[in-house]
Amino acid sequence: MTVFIIRRVMQSILVLFVMSLLVFVGVYAIGNPVEIFVAADADQAERARVIAALGLDKPLWEQYLLFIRNAVMGDLGKSFVFNQPALGLILQRMPATLELAFTAMVIALALGIPLGMYAGFRPQSRIAKAIMAGSILGFSLPTFWVGLMLIMVFAVELGWLPSTGRGATAEVFGIETSLATWDGLSHVLLPALNLALFKLSLVIRLTRAGMRENMLMDYVKFARAKGLTMRRVVFVHVLKNIMIPIVTVVGLELGSVIAFAVVTETVFAWPGMGKLIIDSINNLDRPVIVAYMLITVTMFIVINLVVDVLYSVLDPRVRLADMKG
Amino acid sequence: MAKGWLKAALGIFFAGAVCLSAAAQDLTVGLGANVTSIDPHFHNLSPNSSVAAHIFDRLIHQDEKQRLVPGLATEWKAIDATTWEFKLRQGVKFHDGSEFTAEDVVATLKRVPWVPNSPSSFSIYTRAITETIVVDPHTIRFKTKEPYPLLPVDLSTINIVSRKHEQSPTGDFNGGKAAIGTGPFRFVEYVPGDRIVLTRNNDYWGDKPHWQKVTLKLITNGAARVNALLAGDVQIIDQVPTVDIAKLKTNADINLSRIVSNRLIYLHVDSFRDQSPFVTDKAGAVLPNNPLKDRRVRLAISKAINRQAIVERIMDGEAIPAGGLLPEGFFGASPKLKAEPFDPEGAKKLLTEAGYPNGFGLTLHGPNDRYPNDEKIIQAIGPMLSRVGIDTKVVSLPWATFASQSSAPTYAFSLMLVGWGSGTGEVSSPLRSLIATVGPGRGASNRGRYSNPKVDSLLQEALNTVDDEKREKLLQEASEVAMADQAIIPLHYQVNVWATRKGLSYTPRADEYTLAHFVRPAS
Amino acid sequence: MATVIERDGIEVVPAAPAEAPFRRFVAEFAESRLAVVALVVLAMIIVAALAAPLISPQDPYDLNQLDILDGRLPPGAESAAGFTFWLGSDDQGRDMLSAILYGLRISLGVGVMSAVIAVLIGTAAGLAAAYFGGRIDTLIMRIVDIQLSFPAILVALILLAVLGQGTGKIIVALVTVQWAYYARTVRGTALVERGKEYVEAARCLALGHGRILFRHLLPNCLPPLIVVATVQVAHAIALEATLSFLGIGLPITEPSLGLLIANGYEYMMSGKYWISFFPGVALLITIVSINLVGDQLRDVLNPRLRK
Repeated sequence: MTVFIIRRVMQSILVLFVMSLLVFVGVYAIGNPVEIFVAADADQAERARVIAALGLDKPLWEQYLLFIRNAVMGDLGKSFVFNQPALGLILQRMPATLELAFTAMVIALALGIPLGMYAGFRPQSRIAKAIMAGSILGFSLPTFWVGLMLIMVFAVELGWLPSTGRGATAEVFGIETSLATWDGLSHVLLPALNLALFKLSLVIRLTRAGMRENMLMDYVKFARAKGLTMRRVVFVHVLKNIMIPIVTVVGLELGSVIAFAVVTETVFAWPGMGKLIIDSINNLDRPVIVAYMLITVTMFIVINLVVDVLYSVLDPRVRLADMKG
Repeated sequence: MAKGWLKAALGIFFAGAVCLSAAAQDLTVGLGANVTSIDPHFHNLSPNSSVAAHIFDRLIHQDEKQRLVPGLATEWKAIDATTWEFKLRQGVKFHDGSEFTAEDVVATLKRVPWVPNSPSSFSIYTRAITETIVVDPHTIRFKTKEPYPLLPVDLSTINIVSRKHEQSPTGDFNGGKAAIGTGPFRFVEYVPGDRIVLTRNNDYWGDKPHWQKVTLKLITNGAARVNALLAGDVQIIDQVPTVDIAKLKTNADINLSRIVSNRLIYLHVDSFRDQSPFVTDKAGAVLPNNPLKDRRVRLAISKAINRQAIVERIMDGEAIPAGGLLPEGFFGASPKLKAEPFDPEGAKKLLTEAGYPNGFGLTLHGPNDRYPNDEKIIQAIGPMLSRVGIDTKVVSLPWATFASQSSAPTYAFSLMLVGWGSGTGEVSSPLRSLIATVGPGRGASNRGRYSNPKVDSLLQEALNTVDDEKREKLLQEASEVAMADQAIIPLHYQVNVWATRKGLSYTPRADEYTLAHFVRPAS
Repeated sequence: MATVIERDGIEVVPAAPAEAPFRRFVAEFAESRLAVVALVVLAMIIVAALAAPLISPQDPYDLNQLDILDGRLPPGAESAAGFTFWLGSDDQGRDMLSAILYGLRISLGVGVMSAVIAVLIGTAAGLAAAYFGGRIDTLIMRIVDIQLSFPAILVALILLAVLGQGTGKIIVALVTVQWAYYARTVRGTALVERGKEYVEAARCLALGHGRILFRHLLPNCLPPLIVVATVQVAHAIALEATLSFLGIGLPITEPSLGLLIANGYEYMMSGKYWISFFPGVALLITIVSINLVGDQLRDVLNPRLRK
């Protein structure tokens, strides 16, 4: 296990390195940032000053080497437009995004697994068909459109929930979070629901598929024959087997939830990393873009590692030693 | 554990209490543009300046029509061709209680070019000053190398900071330590990308603002901003999307206020290259001679565009067809310049005269996330040009790509939609940047590389004329010459629109600033 | 297949029905009336999309046929030229019915093309990783990790910014963000399958790699793959719409369904529902029928569900 983890970490460093290079060059190819943030009435002399001040006059490879040298020492550079360390800027926004992603995942799992299990258990019932129809709707509609509809219905027409922004925060176990106040919860509900919708549909479908397959398997028949109650068979044995694909997908999807928060955060003016990255791309704020990528990739590598470890716990047939890291 | 829960419970209680105490004295504003810093000298960006105008004052303020009015200076005059004298307001106090004097102005002028890593410096407005002389604590003189009539206008963009913070880095302003001004509001909190919180400065020297506490919320998505207003989460929003205006007009809970802005939307034409990359024959091969160099072809394009239809159908009436560089009433705007009437037959005739009776092929480029309805406008212009024989393709790009491709040194496009807002509120600004021949200090945004020696010399003369009346004449003449030559093809002037909840009113501003102290209960 | 079983006398789970495979497949598929209806609807949609240039009243991509003076007319209104907009017109004076038919063409094309290419690449990579293991597995899965660690939107954003706009380019972007997904799904399932007796048995028989991979491992990886693929076609169409919403998808002059919705959503609140609503309905029907067909296919193809 330890060897496996160490190997993974070594590979991850390589991944981060390759990634930073790709993003660095990619952002460079999009355009010249100075044209975007320099004031329109600035003349050529001012433009030249800005280019020099931000170190953009150096050749790209030199800029990259400089970046790597500083990155090794933990400095990912300063945002062009905010003049704050890019890392700090992102970490500042991270709790808001994690909070949103976490709530969305909880919603997706808490609703998705029971609904999916029911739909798989009684596939021919009307309710099951309604659930499946709903799940199809869930991923048919584009996120941004659903978000605007949610705002229109629940904030504007009904006035039940606030339309945009993050609510008041409070400290719980040393973490500033808006999930600890009513105001905060009321603010997070709509965006989290918006973000969860797609994942909810996915969880429902996966659970249903797993449920249907497992219910036909021999172990279920044996268990029933042994005299176990249906409830016990479903909630202990079948559930455990269904969890394998769900754990994989949830792990994989956590990264995509964080990325897709870009859209939800834009629609709901949620002050998270997603909104920051969209603004940074629009501004070609390269230090922030690169730092954002490195952080999300690191998060993702950790998630993958956890998924693989969980995998081996849930399904003894998959052993980490087999995977050779 | 128990402690954590207690804290959570208290947090809930506290949040509830905050909600209840949200009194009539609080104002929440929904801002459409992103603010990048509280440091008033860090980034020369309109949204930043708009926020800074709450906390800081300038020597000279611009009123809602961008005319100069006294700020921290009560009067100013040129005492000779190259010296300006400013009398400073007495008895003004900074938020930390210290008195405002000429030394603060000196410190500010030193700080402006010093700010490290500035992505766009305000020093373009201060570098004409070669020497600053403090005559007494409330009189200050500025020397310039050459006669420099724009000095008062330029200084009306510079926020005065306390001399204690001459060397304070940008971070100290964002954190609040250095965000000490003389303005109508005191700084409370800045959460990047989310909000700025301000509280009333009860010692303000001017009219006291109505609001005790102001929260400026950054809501960059237009629909989200309108929704926040309709839901009552904010009391005023700026940059109202044009599509929502008709509906908001009929809403009894909402008031709208509007003013014609300093922003011109226009087409820049490549009138420089002999072969322009997107000017082709009908089969798509680049033409050996660039027809856009011919004034008649540019005029034909202008005549082919139905500006009234664009204003009515795409801008929902929130724009004014344009024929010049700034709307009438702004300094140097020529009243003679009227929008070119829609005349497709005239356009065809001109094309025939110019030797293109069957037209040619063209690609029109434009941004899709920069100006209100930018990509819809170019999409509407495409068929208009095609109808007079110029087969037009339309390509829209994100501003991030468009901005760098369209300017020096690439100049990738042949015909493109761009906008220009004159921050100084007078016509030398677009003349200098858009139309003057590309060279040191000139033509930095001249994406078509237009060049006309007559315009250049008139502009130069105007920029050296201190006498306002004479200068205005010269600027008017320069813009008339340029527009007669179709240097650019103006489309329309934007109208700035704010929407407030019923019971509030806002004094609309040509400079797009959203200032909480101009939001008042409607009388 | 069946002969293999008999000859070798080893119990290998057959991947496809043994006798009269196609007829049995059709019969099983037809068990669900809903799926049959969906299949018919989907077929009609595909025909409509393919025949769009023949059946639509207007060519919405020809800017010369558009006039903004005809813009935002409600359903049933007539244009200045006496043309009837049965589903209304958008802000450019484009006939919504024609725009939807053409938009279907693009959305379906983009969604299906990108999914097919991504499935091919992803499945091959995932199977190879699971089957061969070792260095090949490590290499492939590291590439997958790199790929998956880029948020889909960001990859597409950077790719499209570099490549420029266009249908081909958006397919490249969608394939790039999707293939790794399939690779991981296939590898995950195949890893479990690989450990099962039937594969070991097949290996003992010294069957070729290709044979084991494609005739034994692949069919067993299909059910989850089909679940993911049906989701992903829909996902691809929605992602394309989202990219358009962010301003970097397809050219505005040739809108897909997603782009039509994105263009129209801002009119929803001002009461001009048709600009966004009808394309939304078209998108919904398309995706729902794809999914219903996919669901049934999955049930039919899944050997473990067969009694």
